[in-house]
Amino acid sequence: MMGIFMSLCHQHMLLAWRSGHTTLIVSFLFIAITLMPFGLGPELALLRKLAPGLLWVVMLMSLLLSLDRMFQADFEDGTFDQLALLPMPMELIVLAKSLGHFLALFVPLLICVPVAGLLLNIDASSLPVLMLTMLMGAPALTLLGAIGAALALSIRRSAMLTVLLVMPLYVPVLIFGATGSSRAISSGGEIELATLGILALMSLAALFMAPLAAAAALRVALR
Amino acid sequence: MFRTVETISAYYANPQRFMRLAGALHAPLWGVTILVFAVALYMVAHVPDDYQQGATVRIMFVHVPAAWMSLFAYSFIFFASVTALIFRHPVGHVAGRAAAPIGAVFTLIALMTGSLWGQPMWGTWWVWDARLTSVLVLLFIYLGYMALWQAIDDHGQAARSTAILAIVGSINVPIVKFSVDWWNTLHQPASVSRFARPALHADFLYPLLMMALAFTLLFFALTLTRMQMEILRQRARARQMARLNEADD
Repeated sequence: MMGIFMSLCHQHMLLAWRSGHTTLIVSFLFIAITLMPFGLGPELALLRKLAPGLLWVVMLMSLLLSLDRMFQADFEDGTFDQLALLPMPMELIVLAKSLGHFLALFVPLLICVPVAGLLLNIDASSLPVLMLTMLMGAPALTLLGAIGAALALSIRRSAMLTVLLVMPLYVPVLIFGATGSSRAISSGGEIELATLGILALMSLAALFMAPLAAAAALRVALR
Repeated sequence: MFRTVETISAYYANPQRFMRLAGALHAPLWGVTILVFAVALYMVAHVPDDYQQGATVRIMFVHVPAAWMSLFAYSFIFFASVTALIFRHPVGHVAGRAAAPIGAVFTLIALMTGSLWGQPMWGTWWVWDARLTSVLVLLFIYLGYMALWQAIDDHGQAARSTAILAIVGSINVPIVKFSVDWWNTLHQPASVSRFARPALHADFLYPLLMMALAFTLLFFALTLTRMQMEILRQRARARQMARLNEADD
């Protein structure tokens, strides 16, 4: 069981890398960040103030855009029918895919955050706080995204629909992640434990509940 | 008690039987709705002006019931979806689909009337306050639910997928409420929730409750009509398919 789980996760990562999906998503992050000064003006003081929130929002958008690749390719070429025959519950398949998605897309995005932050003149001392909140929220973001991706599975050109389905689920994570890190940064880099705790709670709750919902949605689509 | 409810609900899982019940209920329900609406509007017309808000206070008699109904309709969709998934109740799916646009419109009315009231009272059309934001997110949840129904071609699959989405969304709604409360709050706290001693004067309370009753009846009347339409549409589609199959043979 563990072997299958790891190989599924590994396969998802390899596919994301080799199909260039990771590069595309990372480029999107940088493009969106580059557009910000054109829209908001090049004032460094203003950008520094807005940087943590902007980075959180752009991070969410990048992740939202990546979701339609979570199960879609496997579904279209028939791989998923084979996966459904595995002696493994669908919930674990969802978890394996989500872990692969996290490692192949979220981690590269997270690594780019300091560089993108540099473009926005972010205060270097606030980066650890920002990245810590992102990392704490990551399981919730990936797993809630899996629900949306699974629900929109049988629909062609489902990217926009996935965004609409997942956006309300992301709102609480964004609020605690972005507002929490902005507050911490403005108060001198000390993050409130409660904020981190709530993010961790959301991630744990998503870890238990999201695979159930996503697996149920996948079973409906495979029927 | 639970057994009886279950038996009745199982009896009406047959769309044919449900259609007979709906046909019998249709006219009386609309009649009562129109009557209660007339009484409620009469009561609202005779409410004295508020000493601070003037005539603007009358917006509240549309705004507050619409806001209640936006949540009520979502709870209705949630229970319909749970029933439909657990008991494989086809009418449950139809009920969820029928109620969604009505709930979305109530949500939109709540947002728009709130905006109209906020302009003279708060001096702005929109503030990013906790309640407004959570109602806006609720509207997006409705839109997502409706879009998913529309996007999946196969009826059975669309029914089950949207039911799962409705359940996920109903877990999400209180979490959104909690997080936006933590984030920013300006809206006044609910004034009618304290049933023992409401903060609202009786002159305002009774017309408001009457309007709420009228809105609730309107919701059920509209939902019933839309459910009938949906079942008829499915039948027409089934017949069309059958005819096409015959033509193929």
